[in-house]
Amino acid sequence: MQEVHDYFKSLCPDLHVTRGEYDEDSRYPENKTLTIGQFKLGICHGHQVIPWGDLDSLAMLQRQLDVDILVTGHTHQFKAYKHEGGVVINPGSATGAYSSFTYDVNPSFVLMDIDGLRVVVYVYELIDGEVKVDKIDFKKTATTRSAH
Amino acid sequence: MADVVEDEEKWLAAGVAGLQQNAFYMHRALDSNNLRDALKYSAQMLSELRTSKLSPHKYYALYMRAFDELRKLEMFFKEEARRGCSIIDLYELVQHAGNILPRLYLLCTVGSVYIKSKEAPAKDVLKDLVEMCRGIQHPVRGLFLRSYLAQVSRDKLPDIGSEYEGDADTVMDAVEFVLQNFTEMNKLWVRMQHQGPAREKEKREKERSELRDLVGKNLHVLGQIEGVDLEMYKDVVLPRVLEQVVNCKDELAQYYLMDCIIQVFPDEYHLQTLDVLLGACPQLQPTVDIKTVLSRLMERLSNYAASSIDALPEFLQVEAFSKLNNAIGKVIEAQVDMPVLGVITLYSSLLTFTLHVHPDRLDYADQVLGACVKKLSGKEKLEDSKATKQIVSLLSAPLEKYNDIVIALKLSNYPCIMEYLDSETNKVMATVIIQSIMKNKTRISAADKVEALFELIKGLIKDLDGTVHDEVDEDDFKEEQNSVARLIQMLYNDDVEEMFKIICTVRKHILTGGPKRLPFTIPPLVFSSLKLVRQLQGQDENPFGEEESTTPKKIFQLLNQTVETLSNVPAPELALRLYLQCAEAANDCDLEPVAYEFFTQAYILYEEEISDSRAQVTAIHLIIGTLQRMHVFGVENRDTLTHKATGYSAKLLKKPDQCRAVYVCSHLFWVDDQENIKDGERVLLCLKRALRIANAAQQMANAARGSTGSVTLFVEILNKYLYFFEKGNPQITVAAVQSLIELITTEMQSDSSTPDPAADAFLASTLRYIEFQKQKGGAIGEKYDSIKV
Repeated sequence: MQEVHDYFKSLCPDLHVTRGEYDEDSRYPENKTLTIGQFKLGICHGHQVIPWGDLDSLAMLQRQLDVDILVTGHTHQFKAYKHEGGVVINPGSATGAYSSFTYDVNPSFVLMDIDGLRVVVYVYELIDGEVKVDKIDFKKTATTRSAH
Repeated sequence: MADVVEDEEKWLAAGVAGLQQNAFYMHRALDSNNLRDALKYSAQMLSELRTSKLSPHKYYALYMRAFDELRKLEMFFKEEARRGCSIIDLYELVQHAGNILPRLYLLCTVGSVYIKSKEAPAKDVLKDLVEMCRGIQHPVRGLFLRSYLAQVSRDKLPDIGSEYEGDADTVMDAVEFVLQNFTEMNKLWVRMQHQGPAREKEKREKERSELRDLVGKNLHVLGQIEGVDLEMYKDVVLPRVLEQVVNCKDELAQYYLMDCIIQVFPDEYHLQTLDVLLGACPQLQPTVDIKTVLSRLMERLSNYAASSIDALPEFLQVEAFSKLNNAIGKVIEAQVDMPVLGVITLYSSLLTFTLHVHPDRLDYADQVLGACVKKLSGKEKLEDSKATKQIVSLLSAPLEKYNDIVIALKLSNYPCIMEYLDSETNKVMATVIIQSIMKNKTRISAADKVEALFELIKGLIKDLDGTVHDEVDEDDFKEEQNSVARLIQMLYNDDVEEMFKIICTVRKHILTGGPKRLPFTIPPLVFSSLKLVRQLQGQDENPFGEEESTTPKKIFQLLNQTVETLSNVPAPELALRLYLQCAEAANDCDLEPVAYEFFTQAYILYEEEISDSRAQVTAIHLIIGTLQRMHVFGVENRDTLTHKATGYSAKLLKKPDQCRAVYVCSHLFWVDDQENIKDGERVLLCLKRALRIANAAQQMANAARGSTGSVTLFVEILNKYLYFFEKGNPQITVAAVQSLIELITTEMQSDSSTPDPAADAFLASTLRYIEFQKQKGGAIGEKYDSIKV
């Protein structure tokens, strides 16, 4: 929606959007990769990855995109999952929108602080009218990848 | 015209020159204590003010110079008096000046010193002067002369506590003096209107305008006299001033002076003399812009009420509201030709007043709106943009005051006024209303209030008569409809019956919106309904519940009918998504037939309405994703739906899409948390089929482009093999995995394959994953142990 797009742009001009299942705008790609600092990030809404919310299937997408951090959504449930291949983050729904996955949707969003080989994930949740903040640390091991 | 201005400049210059020259000689005489000569030259100097040739603006310039010179003369007179010269004699002496105008200026100047000397009561001197000034009947000269009198007498009025206060009643004398000066000045001022030829009327009015503050100053002076308390104002000042205002029958004067009275005197005085003040209004000339005067009065009183809560009882005591209401009614009646804008401005000011002074009296506010409606009735929809803006302002006032649309909805005349707006303004007002609700987070929780609200905002809900949709800007339209959608989300009640009523009310209204609006308004309604379903689930089942009570089934029926309306748009992709959402909700309620029905509708849409290949890919994934989560279906139903889904997958246009959809179907046969859905064989069948399709894709690529294309699909399928391998699907053997790995590696190394770094990286990370799993040890480690990479 143009209004929401413009609002996000006002927060930060560097905006990356991938397509959700209700987005009619075909400008948005199905998934996207970008590099920030030492990390490769992948973004995908997640309705394309079945079973929805399944971490193993999401990990497969992560391998396919070859990224350290996969940002995904669709379920409106916050999740941060670390495995040997990297990290999968679902920031949940910023508006607490209806979800078929959970009856309790607390509005939430995530800020990632990327510094060198370390990323700190701050998750903000609105629970019963109060904002709760939590913090998760991830370190990237500088594994050597076979050259291709 | 330019000639005249040039001439005026010349005359002014000549006047100034003459004045300065005589002033010079006057000063010389003053320096040598030559009273006779001083008087002679000062009289000559003042003669320049006898001119008729200057416009008021230029005359003022000349006057100011004379004024400055007279100050010096006054100081000289004061010195003379101190030295023993008889002021009375001086007073007598200056009257020998040849021409009357210089004579009177000098008289006033001496008079000032006379009063200061206290050799005579101030009131006597003042009375003498104000009457003597009658000698000048020429408007401009007279006005400036009297203005001079006012200026020099300003600090010498016998006010209470002033040094010039004589015996009792002297305040009365001060007031009398000022009133008389005022009256005479007004008469002179009005007389200007009738001088000169008719064609120069505009010029005269402009000149009069420049002089108005001279007249108004008298009222300021009255306002500042300490001794003028409420009683004196009520008994003497106001009646006398109003008498002059009404009797002069001059439009310019009446408008200016009424406004002056309102601005100069304190608000408490106005409250206590409301009858008298308002009573004068109908007596004024019909062309006077009385609505502005009244509006400004109401504005002042509103601010007074807002700033001082202690004053509020006074408002009630004097029945300010009804007096103002009546006065406005009378004015509107009297001025039959008053344009609509005027009427609405008046009522707008009255409404603001009411909201400030009587915020709890909704009936007053409604009365005001009702009077407005009455005046508007019989007319057509407004076309005057200023008038419509004023109406928007009128209608916004209660919203801003109460910050709660529910209160505004109680005003019975509120919707009536909106009827008179053209559709564009109707939409503007509707947007204002929605924004007010958003800003204040107003919870509207009663179905009848929702009904009233949607009636009010109907300009946004549907095409009103006569409007053509094409005229609307696309972006504006989207914004409007999105705000309606947001509004729908805000309507809520904890009580499920009431909530259901709300949903039905909203549904009724939005279904009149037409195909362009439904895609915006149906989704929020659907989700509100699904939330209600959840609420019902949360409640305990009531075995004694009435037939009429709301059940999830009822809501699903309504939902089915609601989503169906999207076929008129048409919006099959949106409808498909909504059907699938409803299916999931039905699944959570264990309503198998309902869920099946929703799936059926979704499938029909897929088969009949969704023909774009990309749309099909997304749609099939949504279908599979949803179906995968269903646990409510019995074997038969599940098989039917699954069979269809795999069929659709295999028939997608592009081979890669086919491949992916087919391997995703494998998840339909294996659901982790459902023990009876773990059909290892069917899973493998899907994966093998996917492999075949991938192969075919390779061959096609070879045939069409000479190279076999990317091995990505194979790597994806490999990952799926690993997935089910880990889950313990007995049909996925180590050998199968192994051979697939070898197949991929061979393909990649083959000459005819296109190098694809992404595919390489994918394979590499997959192999790394296998390594990780081996390292894990335990059951997993054992499993993976036999796979060689």
